[in-house]
Amino acid sequence: MRKTFGDRAADNLRFVIESCVGKENFIDTFPNKSNNFCCGGGGGYLQSGYKEERLQYGKIKDAQIQATGATYVIAGCHNCHAQLHELGEHYGAHYHVVHIWTVICLALGVLAPSERTYLGPELQEVNLPKTEEDDE
Amino acid sequence: MAEEAVKIEKKSGSFFIDKVKEILPAGGNLNACLTCGLCASGCPATGLRDMDPRKFLRMAALGMDEEIKKSEWVWMCSMCTRCMYACPMQINIPQLVFNARKLTPREERPKGILASCDMAMKNPTLSAMGTTQEDFEFVVQDILDEVREEQPEWEERDLQAPMDKQGAYFFLNQNSREPMVEPEEMVPLWKILNIVGADWTYGSTGWAGENYCLFLADDPAWEKHTRGTLGKADELGCKVFLNTE
Repeated sequence: MRKTFGDRAADNLRFVIESCVGKENFIDTFPNKSNNFCCGGGGGYLQSGYKEERLQYGKIKDAQIQATGATYVIAGCHNCHAQLHELGEHYGAHYHVVHIWTVICLALGVLAPSERTYLGPELQEVNLPKTEEDDE
Repeated sequence: MAEEAVKIEKKSGSFFIDKVKEILPAGGNLNACLTCGLCASGCPATGLRDMDPRKFLRMAALGMDEEIKKSEWVWMCSMCTRCMYACPMQINIPQLVFNARKLTPREERPKGILASCDMAMKNPTLSAMGTTQEDFEFVVQDILDEVREEQPEWEERDLQAPMDKQGAYFFLNQNSREPMVEPEEMVPLWKILNIVGADWTYGSTGWAGENYCLFLADDPAWEKHTRGTLGKADELGCKVFLNTE
């Protein structure tokens, strides 16, 4: 966001997320948008071999997320997803990391059980797509 | 603080920072530093290898090219640009770091990044994991068939994952790890595109979004990667490139 599309795009994403989960269930990080911190999954970090440094780099991001108390974190891309997932495990946090398409499909009621790998147990049964058995 | 004063060699000839200034608009403002430290105070890489963005820039300004060349810190900065955003003079420290990566001979740069770039260059898919055109096409079709069979409503809704569809409006790329490691993660995106009625396509070549040649700071290779993927979108006549990476 900071690098290319700016805060307007960050606001658009917040609109999408709030529409899916409800405004009352969205907790922003501090600081946010262009002032936010990078998680440390980008720039080649994941393949650079500097794992210890990468986890140290991500400590600030993990602390930011833990401070929100949120159960789910939505990652911006595949690299963020991998890094945030690893940060949570490394620092003993309890948040799940998901992609935005998972949240959208969950809200639309079209997320199949096989597409819920990153959801916690409490969301496995929520808003499941209707099956033929349901109609009978 | 340094234990003793840094002694600077007489500045002559061409220094690293001068070369970077030549290639950046307005010289990247690289000589405009007020030494305020806003960059360093908000950088997650501050302290790694006893380095931070301000120190790095000051070392470059002082012509300490050998020390910069030796510092592994350039691989510990993710080039997130927060320093530049916070800087009152908008100094382009991330580009200084990017160019400093080139000071290490290509074959001595981090092995994982190097191997990922080399792998991408070997295959027209541009996949850093070496995924071939055949593998990608097979996985996409296989997953699509599975969804249509196991989730009948998507048979009814005619869920598609088009490949090389000429004239599609959107060109979609994909990180190699999705088709290779967790292919079911591609499906929610296909569903959303179906629901909104988007006319989209994958390319059988040039679909891999991860560009490790960029991170390797190998200019010809990352240009080749970018031209490869954009060229495929152009060839198919797509109007919008959707970057999922």
